[in-house]
Amino acid sequence: MRTSNPCIAVAIVILYPALMFAGTISGKVIFTGTPVKQKPISMAKEPSCEKQHSTPITTETVVTGANNTLENVVVYISAGADDASAPAQAVTFTQKGCQYIPHVIALHTGQELHVVNGDQTSHNIHPMAKTNPEWNKSQPPGSPPIVQKFDNPEFISVKCQIHPWMHGWFAVLKTNHYSITGDGGAFTLPNLPPGKYTVTAWHEDYGTQTQDVTVTGNETKSVDFSFKAKAY
Amino acid sequence: MGGKIFAVLIVIIALASAVPIISHTFLGASVTPPEDISTHGKAIDEQLSVTMKEAGISFLAAQLVLGLFVWQFANRKAGATKKFPGGATAMVIVAFLFVGAEVLALGLVGSKAWGMVYFKPAASDALQVQAQAGQFAFYFRYPGPDGKFGQIHPDKIDEGNSNFFGLDPENDIPARDDITSGELVVPMNKEINLMMHAKDVGHSFYVRELRIQQDFVPGLDLAVHFTATKVGKYEIVCTQLCGLGHYNMKSYLTVMSQEDFDKWLKSQSN
Repeated sequence: MRTSNPCIAVAIVILYPALMFAGTISGKVIFTGTPVKQKPISMAKEPSCEKQHSTPITTETVVTGANNTLENVVVYISAGADDASAPAQAVTFTQKGCQYIPHVIALHTGQELHVVNGDQTSHNIHPMAKTNPEWNKSQPPGSPPIVQKFDNPEFISVKCQIHPWMHGWFAVLKTNHYSITGDGGAFTLPNLPPGKYTVTAWHEDYGTQTQDVTVTGNETKSVDFSFKAKAY
Repeated sequence: MGGKIFAVLIVIIALASAVPIISHTFLGASVTPPEDISTHGKAIDEQLSVTMKEAGISFLAAQLVLGLFVWQFANRKAGATKKFPGGATAMVIVAFLFVGAEVLALGLVGSKAWGMVYFKPAASDALQVQAQAGQFAFYFRYPGPDGKFGQIHPDKIDEGNSNFFGLDPENDIPARDDITSGELVVPMNKEINLMMHAKDVGHSFYVRELRIQQDFVPGLDLAVHFTATKVGKYEIVCTQLCGLGHYNMKSYLTVMSQEDFDKWLKSQSN
């Protein structure tokens, strides 16, 4: 039986090696030294948020896990991978209990961002962008999500103009190959065709580190990052 | 006839306006000011009451005299009435002296209440607390166990990291034990010297129960001092329109016993 659509045949021929030899880069992010103790946040001025936390939440500048692992690190392919287009699916950033959840999000340039207000109070979201246009928008309780896009890659510090303690980050990347470390500090960057890559790990307080990794085939390359903790 | 109706109208309006002034003195709780929890508040309340009565009586008297004159002279032909001796200039001078004497007298009577808060410095053993107003929250700072405040570096302000005052604990040792709080917590019966500065625009510190309202002025270090006499939680509001989140700019003053305050302070220092 003949193939009815030659395009499919061509696509299979082109993609076959990539699918066959899709490598993975994975590893862990740890820190050395003693990180500064995170401070409790007083939400006295916003009782509707204060009562959502049985114990005061703390700042999230440095979030650590067991065995000196570091959370909220954005690990991504900064060179080597093609600049794939933005996924159609939007990334959601939620304001709940006067806190940004999650603390760090990553998204592709041009990808839709939905900012949701899950609180009984107004927020004013202000991404302090430098290479992208800067904006700040008020969002009263019950209003629909704010939909935005960023065109240039940038790590954007985000704050609320009404609740000064609220702080988060948008990592706008030119790649879909990224991973944000959670509990355990682990990351995985799958579906990488053979090639030479630069892997970058970014932490909001400790800066960035890069490592060059070569993926030769259907393998999992292990790469670890270690940041030096600051005492203050 | 029109002149007489006008005269009666003036008197009716004057009497109706006097109702809230009289209520202030006689009607009791619904129009009396909120509970006073400060040592200086009594003098302020008395002064406000004196000012209210004096101004109320002067206002009523002036309106009645005005009504009387309108009643008497409204229907006379132009030129038939006598002029004020010395003409308009003399009349303005007399009015100026009258009002001037009234304001001066009120100022002298009130200088004690006012001076107690604003002219007399705080006692040397007063508890030093720093207050910072910024869009749109108040933050308070205590010197910590070493009794010394760390230096402020505006470029080091990092709100996401709870460094609201711009401290530099890495290089500045007194800053390391400083306590920053979103609430003003004070011990009862202890004088507090509140050192105030604004981070951005003008704000105001107002606690009605304390009888204190003081503006934060960008670029100026101002101070107010007070002694709270009653345990409780009171609202601190910003009473100077400061931007978008002004409606939401508030904090709380919590007055505790000295013992509870010491415990609180200890729990705040890591």
